[in-house]
Amino acid sequence: MLKELFHFLIYPGFLFLAIAGGFLSWFDRKVTAMLQFRKGPPVLQPFFDFLKLLLVKETILPAKGSRITFLLAPVFSLFGATVAGILIFLPLLNIKTGFAGDLIVIFYLLAIPSLAFMIGAMASGNPLASVGASREMKLMMSYELTFLLVIAGIIMKANMNIGLYDILNTQKETGAFIGSISGVLLFIATVFCVQAQLGLVPFDMAEAETEINHGSFIEYSGSVYAIVKLTKYIMLFILPAFVVTVFMGGLSWEGINILWSVLKILSVVLLITLIRNTNPRVKIKQAMRYFFIWMNLLVIIAIILIIFGL
Amino acid sequence: MLKLGFKSYIFKKSLWLFHFGGASCNNCDIEILDCLTPRYDVERFGMLLVGSVRHADVLLISGSINQKDKVRLLEIYKQAPKPILVVAIGACSCTGGIFAEGNVFAGPVDKIIPVDAYIPGCPPKPEAILAGIFKLLKKK
Repeated sequence: MLKELFHFLIYPGFLFLAIAGGFLSWFDRKVTAMLQFRKGPPVLQPFFDFLKLLLVKETILPAKGSRITFLLAPVFSLFGATVAGILIFLPLLNIKTGFAGDLIVIFYLLAIPSLAFMIGAMASGNPLASVGASREMKLMMSYELTFLLVIAGIIMKANMNIGLYDILNTQKETGAFIGSISGVLLFIATVFCVQAQLGLVPFDMAEAETEINHGSFIEYSGSVYAIVKLTKYIMLFILPAFVVTVFMGGLSWEGINILWSVLKILSVVLLITLIRNTNPRVKIKQAMRYFFIWMNLLVIIAIILIIFGL
Repeated sequence: MLKLGFKSYIFKKSLWLFHFGGASCNNCDIEILDCLTPRYDVERFGMLLVGSVRHADVLLISGSINQKDKVRLLEIYKQAPKPILVVAIGACSCTGGIFAEGNVFAGPVDKIIPVDAYIPGCPPKPEAILAGIFKLLKKK
């Protein structure tokens, strides 16, 4: 019992995810700054931001709109992100979770943060937040199908195993999935899905700062916004970890392998940051077309290649 | 306002800026944006420009405040989560500048809301804005 609680709350649970996510958030901001020839924020900046919002700032509730839903939505998003993170990290650390279909559960848990942000934005009673929520909904509808197809492709590559533990074992026997043509195609589609799921440029239309003033999060302030920020940090850690798990053969924590594990995560985050910094924000119509036609086409080609064993 | 050591320390480390432009001639606005560009880069001190006043820690006010702006400025100030610092940038918001005698002029910013720092100049240089923000950080 104590061991499970340790797994859920400290390592690899909530605390570990939050701290690692904070550092990755700093990494993202630092790389952005370096790309723009700036110096960038100090290492502890994400933690300062979080603590300031949590401890110092006042929380303002909307006068019109549902206050309970408004306050609970970020908490649910945090729960979803944390549980998804734990389910991703337990197989990565060679701890057998004991149930076979965790890939499907992770897929649904990863959808919870976006869903909760959407509900919170709708409950805030702000017209710009509604615009943000409606865009988030459309974006979700477009990338979820691609993401589901990617997961189908991964399951087919792993000889019809639906557990992350089995998928990792398959990769240990046959080599990482990214080493084949179909694996590369699936990886490209997944990176764009991750980009949309994190709400980063080019798919940040739901919280476009210059256009609809942070959209879904426009009414959040103080400690509630701190929870939103924390969820974003955790998502920035677990989604690259998921990509590493299903494509790059997972992580290992022995000797020199620690370095490779860290480099794998950092390289995926670097790729996401580079895409974010070299692209403009697209319109929601363009994003939907991009996922519905091009990304789905890419994944279907990959699945056909998998059937032929490539 | 903030006497506790730890909270005050964190607050100073992560100031998010919200920009309120009154009837500004746009010069101060351009100089504020200049502070965010690679040359002056205020993000190294943890400052970010945010789009919603709900996330703001510092209210930057530029331009003269006329009768119509006064209502909006009060509304924005009420909507901001406390503690909030107010910085008046440019001659117009500090004293009224050349608009001080105008018949639609509603008074300098400190007659409307409490101001924590004044950065005079028409427009103030980005160096002056940075220096003003540092004096503000050292004040408490």
